[in-house]
Order: sequence, then C-alpha cells, then structure tokens
Amino acid sequence: MGEIFVLAEHRRGELRDVTFEMLGKGQELAAAMDAPLAAVLLGHNVDGFAAELARHANQVLVIADERLEHFNSEAYQQVLAELITQRKPSLVLMGHSAYGMDLAPSLATQLDLPLVTDCVGLEFEDRDLFAVREMYGGKVSARVAFRPSDVYVATVRQAAFPFEEGAPLGGEIIAVDSPLTEEIAYRRFLEYVEAAVGEVDITQADVVVAAGRGIKEQENMSLVEKLAQALGGVVAGSRPVVDAGWLPPERQVGQSGKTVKPKLYLAVGISGASQHLVGMRASSTIVAINKDPDAPIFKVAHYGIVDDLFKVVPALTQQLEAK
Amino acid sequence: MEIIVCVKHVPDTTEAEVGIRDDEKGIKKEGLVFDINEADNYAVEEALLLKEELGGSVTVLTVGPPAADETLRMCLAKGADRAVRLTDERFEGSDSFATARILAEAIRELGRRPSPIDYDLVLTGCMADDDASAQVGVTLAEMLGIPHAALVIGTEVEGARSETFAHRRETFAHRWETFAHRPETFAHRRETFAYRMKVHRELEGGLHEVLDIELPALFTIQTGINEPRYASIFGIRQAMKKQIETLGLEGLGLAEEAVGEAGSKTSLVRLFIPEVTAQATVLHGSPEEVSSELLTILKNEGVI
Repeated sequence: MGEIFVLAEHRRGELRDVTFEMLGKGQELAAAMDAPLAAVLLGHNVDGFAAELARHANQVLVIADERLEHFNSEAYQQVLAELITQRKPSLVLMGHSAYGMDLAPSLATQLDLPLVTDCVGLEFEDRDLFAVREMYGGKVSARVAFRPSDVYVATVRQAAFPFEEGAPLGGEIIAVDSPLTEEIAYRRFLEYVEAAVGEVDITQADVVVAAGRGIKEQENMSLVEKLAQALGGVVAGSRPVVDAGWLPPERQVGQSGKTVKPKLYLAVGISGASQHLVGMRASSTIVAINKDPDAPIFKVAHYGIVDDLFKVVPALTQQLEAK
Repeated sequence: MEIIVCVKHVPDTTEAEVGIRDDEKGIKKEGLVFDINEADNYAVEEALLLKEELGGSVTVLTVGPPAADETLRMCLAKGADRAVRLTDERFEGSDSFATARILAEAIRELGRRPSPIDYDLVLTGCMADDDASAQVGVTLAEMLGIPHAALVIGTEVEGARSETFAHRRETFAHRWETFAHRPETFAHRRETFAYRMKVHRELEGGLHEVLDIELPALFTIQTGINEPRYASIFGIRQAMKKQIETLGLEGLGLAEEAVGEAGSKTSLVRLFIPEVTAQATVLHGSPEEVSSELLTILKNEGVI
C-alpha cells in the first residue's frame, strides 16, 4: 500500500500544531495498513522543520523553492499534484485550516480524487476509507465513505487528534525538485496583517465571561458586562457577537480569534461550535448557560445551567453584588 | 462588475432540537425554520456592495427544491438582479463535488443563454451551516478554471476604493493599517478582465494574509466581512414580481451519472448523535437557586 502523506503546515517560522496531530493519526493509520508515513514539506529554508518532522515520520519529502516561502494554494497545488501523480500515496492528510480549506478541494478536483473535509475520525476497512465528521453545528455526527480510490484526500480538524511524543522514527530526509518554473501572477501573496492588541488582553484574565449568539441584541451585552464586573473578569465573545460588531475582534475566542485558559470561563448563550471550543476548552472551570440542552458547549462544560440566560445572568449578578 | 453568488437554503438548527430520520441518512426537517446560509448572506451583501460601487449585476444561484425560492426572493429583494434555481429530482444525493459540478455547468450555461453572464467574480459562503464541508466554493473554482481565495474577510478592487473597504477601514482600522492603496485609475475593461482585487484571507489566531488576485476569480466569503442589509418593504414587493428561472439536468446538458449519488465522490453511510464523553453537571432549580448553587460550588472549589 502507498505511503500516507501528511502535509506539514507552517507559518512565520513555526510548524503548526495540526501538523503533529496529523502525524500522530498518520502513524496509527500507517501501522494499521503497513504503509510508510511521509511528511511532505513545502517551503524555503526549511531544513530545521525537516529535521523536526523526521522524528515523527519514516520519510520527509522536502520541496524547497523560494516561491514556496509563503503559503499559496496555487503553488502548493501544482507541487502536490506532481508529487501525488509520481508517488501515488494511499492517503493525503491536510489540516482543516485556512490553508487546507483553500487547497484540498481544488487539488482533489484537479486529480479527480475523493475528498472528505473536517474529519474527526478516519479508518481503513481493507482498502476502503471511512471518515467521521460533524454536521449541524456539532449536533449530529456522520460516517462518510470515500468512493474507492487509489489515492484519498482528507482534511483533519485542528485539535481533534492528540499528539504524543513517541520514540523518534528517524525518518529519511529526501529533497524533491520543485516543479515550479515561474511566479504565479494570478494569485500573489502580499503580506500578513496582525490582529490588533486591544486595551484588554483576554488571554491574561483569570475570569472570562463570554457572550454568544443567544445574547440576541447589542443592548443585552450590558448583562454580561455587569456579570464580568461582579466576577472581576473580562468580557469576550464567540464569532457571531464579533461579526455583529458588538465586540472588537481582539475579544473573539476561538480558532480565528484568541485561545484562552482562564480559571473560570463562563459561556453565556454560546452553542459551542468546534471553532469556538478549540479556543476555550483548556480553561480550568467551564460554566455554560444555554437554554438548548443539546448545545455542544455542554460537552466541554463542567457545570451547566439549562435555562434562559436573560433570567439566570441577572440573578447571578445580583447575588454576586449582594456579597 | 458582473457577479454570481451561490447560496444555500438551510435549516437553522442553532437552538433547535435535531432528530435523525429512521433511515439515518438525514435529519428530521419538520418544524425547522429555513433561511439563507449565514456565510452566503455575507457573500450576497459583498456582491451588492461591489455592484453599487462599480455598476454591473448580481445573479444568485442555488441548487435546491421550490422552497429555496424563499431565499432567492430575499436576495432579489435586497437588490440582486437575477435568480436561478437549479433543480431536478436526480440532483438528490449530490455531495459537495457533484453540487459544485451542477453549479459549474449552470455558470457555463448562463454564459451561453440570451442575456449571457460573462462574469468577473463568483462568490460563495465559506461554509454551509448544515453539512459544514467548506468544499463547494473552491471545488467550483477549479472546475471553472479560475483562481480562488477561501475565507475572505475583506476585498478591494484595485484602483477603486469600495464602500466595503471604507466601512471596514472604520470598523477594523488596525487590520488595514498596512494597506497600501494603489493610485492607478480604475479601468472597466471586461473583455480582457482587467480587474485585480486585493483580498484579506482569515488565517488562525486573528492573523490575516493579503493576496493580490486576477479576475475572474472565486472567493469564499467569511462571516463578519460586512453588515448584511435587510430587505426593504419596497424591495420585497418588487421581488415578488420578478421571475425565478429554473434549470434542470437537461437544461444544463449534464449526464445523469454526473449528478446525485452516481456523480458523487463520497457517500453518507449514516448519521448519529455524537457520543457524549464528558457531561456537564447540570444544576436544576429557579434562576435564583441555580445561581446560589453555582456560586457555592465555585467558592468551594476556590475558583472565585
């Protein structure tokens, strides 16, 4: 059986966590299928990454090219299409990240390969591949079959698979020639733009009171502000609240915002999309207030109150203020 | 600028109880409220802003049953010029790949029909709230053979400062500080697709990357890029008079094997309610009782 490819994801001099999570899962699949595990590394001046990846893979395929210094899905697609055609891996894993989401569908389409995105489970049955993924905001899971193929492509949810440092595999580092011949003029990377540093750094707070879609109106934000004040904490929010402009972007908790690990995280009217959970699940104590008993937030919360936040939050605030 | 927006009519399950059908191939849809997919709503707004700035037209496409007309009508009411619903019993069971193929064929077909659409830009939402695949947009771009950018959170047509840009400049001034505005005059040269656009793509942890992209192109739009408008009463009345065009398998010139389950590269084995590995301790009682109990627990555990 062909190799299992893991596309190493890196940005601004760092390998991203999802790379190691995929290598962990890749090792498990490779062992089950008796296939070699290959990390695929595209970049410019990435010898350090190659050495690091070699600890966790049987091979590291390095395509070094100055045109690969920054991620560009068009350049990545050209390189990977060539590599996949030549080496016929059995499975190509990528992160379900801003990079993988931009790359996997067009690559799979070009090569006419089956793709399943945002996988939280993957297993082979003989040579057939099955995935588990979530739908409807995490309320439903789906078992999905890939159409039988020599090569499968899957994107893997970030932080879904644990990575444990095992014995180094001492993989061989193999330089592969870059097939790129010219600059891709129709899609050019220009620069990174950093998130602003706001007046409050929510990652440093001991108590975070976070509001979600359930807060409904901007004027209701005062409820969470008062609660945060009574607890000596800061106000944060999930994506819908920031999208609506009720909180500035630097207060957003989740994959595209900040990751927080306070002593107390109080989720008010937050349903708990996976992108939000990634940003707060490591908090010491998590309390969720939501009227929907099936809200996925209750899967990570330690304490839950299934009730109307507009009744519970004022009661809670009042009792805190009375002391 | 001629813009095509692909939208999806989806059930809102954020606060609803979701049940699985007996055949395990879908959810029970009775009683659920359907609306335009959230990210698609932002994509429609982005298209309308670009049209208002530059002129041109907005065409809305969807793959779906007659009920999806509700979403298309709302797009027309907000200012879209034309709405086309792609519908056929044989489309049932299409995965993201087959759905993208239907859309791709429709976009090609619209280019051939009377009043052809020679588009500059195709927009989709970055992800549908129901299946959460985040696949159709980028797959469609590959099928159309045009460049793409996923998770777009800001756009600017080079040489022309758009409303969108000005709005976001105010709201998210810090995110745009390093933006060097190009002084070139904007030339509307559709024949040669002279447009280029700068787009901000949302990466993780609050970081954006800025790309320069040649049009025609496809962008998948992330929520929060703009402030979607509400339709006016006048707009809704006008939309009722507009015709929604429909196209089926034959109209698109697609083979039956190219759509539905046969044209798909993945298939749903079954749906199930996720196993709960850890369950929150749920506090019961009146708001006052649960508040008091919670504060006692937090105090005893030394959290507060």
